[in-house]
Amino acid sequence: MNNGSEKTIDIVKKGLGRRYRVEKRFRLYGVLAITISLLFLALLFASIIARGHSAFRQTFVKLSVELAEAEFDLNDLGRADYQGLIKKTLREEFPQVKSRSDKKDLYSLVSSGAAFRLHNLVTDNPSLIGETVEIWVPADDDVDMYYKGYISREVPEEDRRLKDNQLAWLDRWQAEGKIVKRFNTIFFTGGDSREPELAGILSAFTGSMLTLVITLALSFPIGVAAAVYLEEFAPRNRWIDTVEVNINNLAAVPSIIFGLLGLAVFINFFGVPRSSPLVGGLVLTLMTLPIIIIASRASLQSVPPSIREAALGIGASRMQTVSHHVLPLALPGMLTGTIIGMGRALGETAPLLMIGMVAFIVDIPQGFTDPATALPVQIYLWADSPERAFVEKTSAAILVLLAFLIVMNLLAVILRNRFERRW
Amino acid sequence: MSFTLVLTIVLILSLVGYWLGKGRAAFVAGRDKEQRLHSRPAYYGLLTALWCGIPALLLLIAWGLGEPLVIENLVVAELPAEMRALPENRVELLVNEIRNMVDSNMVAGDRDEALSRAADRYRQLRTTSGRLGAGLVLLLANFSIFMVWRRIRPAMKARNHVERIVKAGLIVCASFAVFITLGIVLSVLFESIRFFKIVPIHEFLFGLKWSPQMSIRADQVGSSGAFGAIPVFAGTLMISLIAMLVAVPLGLMSAIYLSEYANRKFRAVAKPLLEILAGIPTVVYGFFAALTVAPFLRESISGFGFDVSSESALAAGLVMGIMIIPFVSSLSDDVINAVPQAMRDGAYALGATRSETIKQVVIPAALPGIVGGILLAVSRAIGETMIVVMAAGLAANLTANPFQAVTTVTVQIVTLLVGDQEFDSPKTLAAFALGLVLFVVTLILNIVALFVVRKYREQYE
Repeated sequence: MNNGSEKTIDIVKKGLGRRYRVEKRFRLYGVLAITISLLFLALLFASIIARGHSAFRQTFVKLSVELAEAEFDLNDLGRADYQGLIKKTLREEFPQVKSRSDKKDLYSLVSSGAAFRLHNLVTDNPSLIGETVEIWVPADDDVDMYYKGYISREVPEEDRRLKDNQLAWLDRWQAEGKIVKRFNTIFFTGGDSREPELAGILSAFTGSMLTLVITLALSFPIGVAAAVYLEEFAPRNRWIDTVEVNINNLAAVPSIIFGLLGLAVFINFFGVPRSSPLVGGLVLTLMTLPIIIIASRASLQSVPPSIREAALGIGASRMQTVSHHVLPLALPGMLTGTIIGMGRALGETAPLLMIGMVAFIVDIPQGFTDPATALPVQIYLWADSPERAFVEKTSAAILVLLAFLIVMNLLAVILRNRFERRW
Repeated sequence: MSFTLVLTIVLILSLVGYWLGKGRAAFVAGRDKEQRLHSRPAYYGLLTALWCGIPALLLLIAWGLGEPLVIENLVVAELPAEMRALPENRVELLVNEIRNMVDSNMVAGDRDEALSRAADRYRQLRTTSGRLGAGLVLLLANFSIFMVWRRIRPAMKARNHVERIVKAGLIVCASFAVFITLGIVLSVLFESIRFFKIVPIHEFLFGLKWSPQMSIRADQVGSSGAFGAIPVFAGTLMISLIAMLVAVPLGLMSAIYLSEYANRKFRAVAKPLLEILAGIPTVVYGFFAALTVAPFLRESISGFGFDVSSESALAAGLVMGIMIIPFVSSLSDDVINAVPQAMRDGAYALGATRSETIKQVVIPAALPGIVGGILLAVSRAIGETMIVVMAAGLAANLTANPFQAVTTVTVQIVTLLVGDQEFDSPKTLAAFALGLVLFVVTLILNIVALFVVRKYREQYE
């Protein structure tokens, strides 16, 4: 007996070192898994910030344009050849440039948006005509990339986007202080453009907001009503079971399927205009509805039954109980769920591709039926563009999108902490 | 009159109805003092408002939906006989053209005379119908206000009536989920059936060649395209498999560490950080996969003598795995926490170390829930779109090499449906067939997973 128990202890002791090592290793795996996951998160943010931060500044060139009276028809300022004026100014800056190809190189240093700037300047103050005005115009995207360090002088000329002569002109401008990097307002006030230096996110952002307005206006009331019915009034029967299974399933259906539904039902059957925030909002409503219903039900469940009983006890009807007491108490939780659902809708891309919101939208959409695109779709479109400068724009647009998502989620957290009651 | 204007007027009328009903209730109650109102006056107002608003809005919506159909039929009926005699799809094209002419307000100069006349007629009919519809809607709204107003008596059970209407509204809202599912099934199914009439179902499910871009028109000879979806399914499976190989170990180990080892402070920081991964839009992951991960993999693995294409299954799968980590970890976390402490204590009392307890007691007890969570994650991976669209490529290679480009069901749906499309060609219909497969597969996975998770949760409650 004594002998036997000594033996067992020996066996245990012999194995103990190995078992502790396994224990340590297992623990290490856990730490490693979390570290790797968080490392990926950090890498994701770092790579996007590293690529995108430079897009918030933009290179501008100062030009002194002579607005000769002969160029303008005072009755129709829009007819003047602003592009020609810009080109003339550039030629006068560098009189030594003679050959055709050199001139072309010179013209390509400033953005084609320069003419629009000049146009706007003149139409806003016609009194400037006859004077020489100094105007800051956006530089071409290649110049911008050069000043941001993405184009290196070390690279042989034939592989470089900027030729030696162009660099020489730029150097002279720089020496004269005519090149400045400033905060990039175009990015926040412009629509999409084929020219990276003129491309902005405002049209996509407006499209996203219009879409979200529709989504919110439809999914919040319907979702809350559905949750109230299922939680407070529904009898336990087969139909209600079907409804519940359906809601849980819908929450896990791939988003692209909702896009197919939108295409087949809303666009082809009901004739809702393609590419419009209206149809986008409808599709996203279908997607966010289950999220809101599930969150609202959880919120209703957390209201203690004593509240209901007290209300019923003093003679309120069931509808009055819900609308006067239960709903106000559950509302903060419902709003939190709704904000999270809206965040999901804001970041969603795939179903919008199906319903034609992948359009090249230059103008800011004015209403719910105008063609529009959404911020994530704009990111997708820019990510596909070959120009180097669009990589920067894409990352910057992602940063804006992420900023909005963070704000929305913070709002949800604050709302929850502020108003959620523990019973 | 525009839709929004009529809508606003109806809403204002409802508001007016509310005040009228409330006032009427107070008036009838005041006239004969001995009779007390059955409900509070506000309910009489609400009843009036609801009866004013709901029928009018329904009529408005029905009018808006039905109007184009009726007008189109009228316009088509007035087209010259030789145009009407065209086959059905050509007539549809004509109608489309007319609609475009109407919407763009173009001056139809060099257009077909008959068409521009039809467009004018269309515009004229639309104006008439708009006026007629608005008139009817407003008439109905006023009429219902009057009807309810006249019938208000102190004995009228306004509250019960209002509550019945509200409850009916709640039921309709709750049933939306079923309608959505029904809508998905019907829309996808109908188009798929049309597709299977052109391409036999067995050819679609078991064919080995996928090249839908070849067939522009169904009647073209020699380039009918190939709709064998096996390479597409194989690509989807491979990418999902890679994703799960990344997500399951990382997610599961994170969950185990967080729920079994980590102290409260660490957990409070690490868990929300992990959840951030789930909140990042997929298009961001796609960008990350295409611009950061794929070039990195190509450079680092090419060094070992492998040939990695720029759009490899590996990059897409890896990033998708990262996206799914929090999904696996939070679901596993829930089930691990649901395992009763008594079971752990029992194992400790027998002298087991923590890891032994986890491996031999906690995980087996939580296994059904974990499997359910993993199934949900698989369905997420199969249905994920943007990452694969941006990073996985279009070529339908039937390969087991993760360094090559493969394509997935979702990528094919997107490429087949984005851009200009002819709705009757097998090319676009194929997207719906793929959608059907995707929906059915994810549905089965979800149902099984939800069933397993729910059944497991009940076990320890």
